[in-house]
Amino acid sequence: MKLLALFLLPAGWAIAVAAALLFPAARAAAFDLFCTAGLGMEIAGVILLLRVHAWTRVPR
Amino acid sequence: MNPDAWLPVVLVLLCVAPLAPLGLALMNTGLGRAHSAAHALLSSLLALAAAALGIWSLGFAWSGLAHAPDHVVHLAGHAWSLLGAGQFFVRGSAAPVQLVALLWLLLIAGTGALIPVGAGADRWKLGAAVGAAFLLGGLLLPLVAHQSWGGGALSRLGVELGYGHGWIDVGGAAGLHVLGGLSALCLAWTLGPRRGKFGAHHTPNAIPGHNAVYVLFGALLSLVGWISLNLLGAVIQGGAGAGELLLAAINTLLAAAAAALSTAAVTRLRFGKPDASLCANGWLGGLVAISAGCLFFAPAVAVLVGAAAGVLVPMGVEWLELRWGVDDPTGAIAVHGLAGIWGLLAVGLLATGGGDGWNGVAGPVRGWLAGDAGQGRAQVLGVAFLLGVMLPLVYGGHLLLNRLRPYRVSLDAERQGLDLHELGANAFPEFVAHTDEFTLH
Repeated sequence: MKLLALFLLPAGWAIAVAAALLFPAARAAAFDLFCTAGLGMEIAGVILLLRVHAWTRVPR
Repeated sequence: MNPDAWLPVVLVLLCVAPLAPLGLALMNTGLGRAHSAAHALLSSLLALAAAALGIWSLGFAWSGLAHAPDHVVHLAGHAWSLLGAGQFFVRGSAAPVQLVALLWLLLIAGTGALIPVGAGADRWKLGAAVGAAFLLGGLLLPLVAHQSWGGGALSRLGVELGYGHGWIDVGGAAGLHVLGGLSALCLAWTLGPRRGKFGAHHTPNAIPGHNAVYVLFGALLSLVGWISLNLLGAVIQGGAGAGELLLAAINTLLAAAAAALSTAAVTRLRFGKPDASLCANGWLGGLVAISAGCLFFAPAVAVLVGAAAGVLVPMGVEWLELRWGVDDPTGAIAVHGLAGIWGLLAVGLLATGGGDGWNGVAGPVRGWLAGDAGQGRAQVLGVAFLLGVMLPLVYGGHLLLNRLRPYRVSLDAERQGLDLHELGANAFPEFVAHTDEFTLH
């Protein structure tokens, strides 16, 4: 799960960057679609990392 | 921009700006336990020192300045600057503009390095604090600083692709706060919670800070330092005039005020009484949120930005602790990470004007609601950069350092207190030492 999270974060960023390069401001609707998908992947990556580390290493 | 005209003002601001890290250091100390107080303050001091040396040795060269040598990649017919290509150890003759930028970056790095110190309170080694601070100042901050202030690709989104004025971050919301907040989150993951923080069935136990006066006084000191950092950013990056600087100072104060009041209201509703440490954190959250766009908001909008941050901070602290078991003694992740991201997005959403010519784009900076959706898109791309590129790097850096030399002290050391264990003497030697009052038996 940690590896998946660490894949999703940069992959989401790559999609957002590709969207910006392929669709400049004049084609904003397409950019919005892909950038939202990229950002969604990143948020999923963050949530996965939170899940991976939740309640681990709790000392007694 | 005539350096002779603004240099006296900048020098005064540079003298006052260290009150920001001083305030944070006091908050870090006050929110920790009494038997680790000297350790917390010394960690803050050494972290600031390590981050400053990191910037001087490596960071400033990679941060770069606009129109200075840089590493460029060509994509889709445009040249994108990825990293500065200056000389390490600030060698060679430097113009006053460069030296002022270096001083500002030293302060930014020093302040940013103090953010994770609070998240690791009461359980991490002094050496780990120094290593993490050097990592932040020398290697990680320059990547963000170049994009925000050094003519990096994100700041060129407006000129090259027509996305508003490109990525905007006046006072260091990204490089200082969000990066510090992400570092605090990765540190909390790496260290795990304090001994006794969570009981059976994940029940959280309150471990109150030992000195609320330090915390509240630190928050008040931070205001002065924050105004200076924001104004310095405005002058150094955009050559802001007197009117713009006054607006930035007013907005900074208003955002903090609105945030503190909204946090007081939220905690009053939530717990029956306002919570002193959360109100201090809310105040700080307002300062963080306004940092990115202090120049570009009307005062009423600054109040809105601050008030929203004041709600976000206590809710974020609670969410991270109760839902995800993240033990962050100072609330650094919510204050700097969440409020910083909100502030960056608020520029894209709510900016109302000002900043003509910022990042080389003519016209005022306007957010989505004021008619420029492109600015919102540029800010979203910037946040995507912080999560998609910087979070994995910060996470990997902490994992590597922790593997080389484990961050966490032993459970016995935690029980004894870090002052005695790591420094050999307590901050308050005449206090009766507490031992296991927070631990379930």
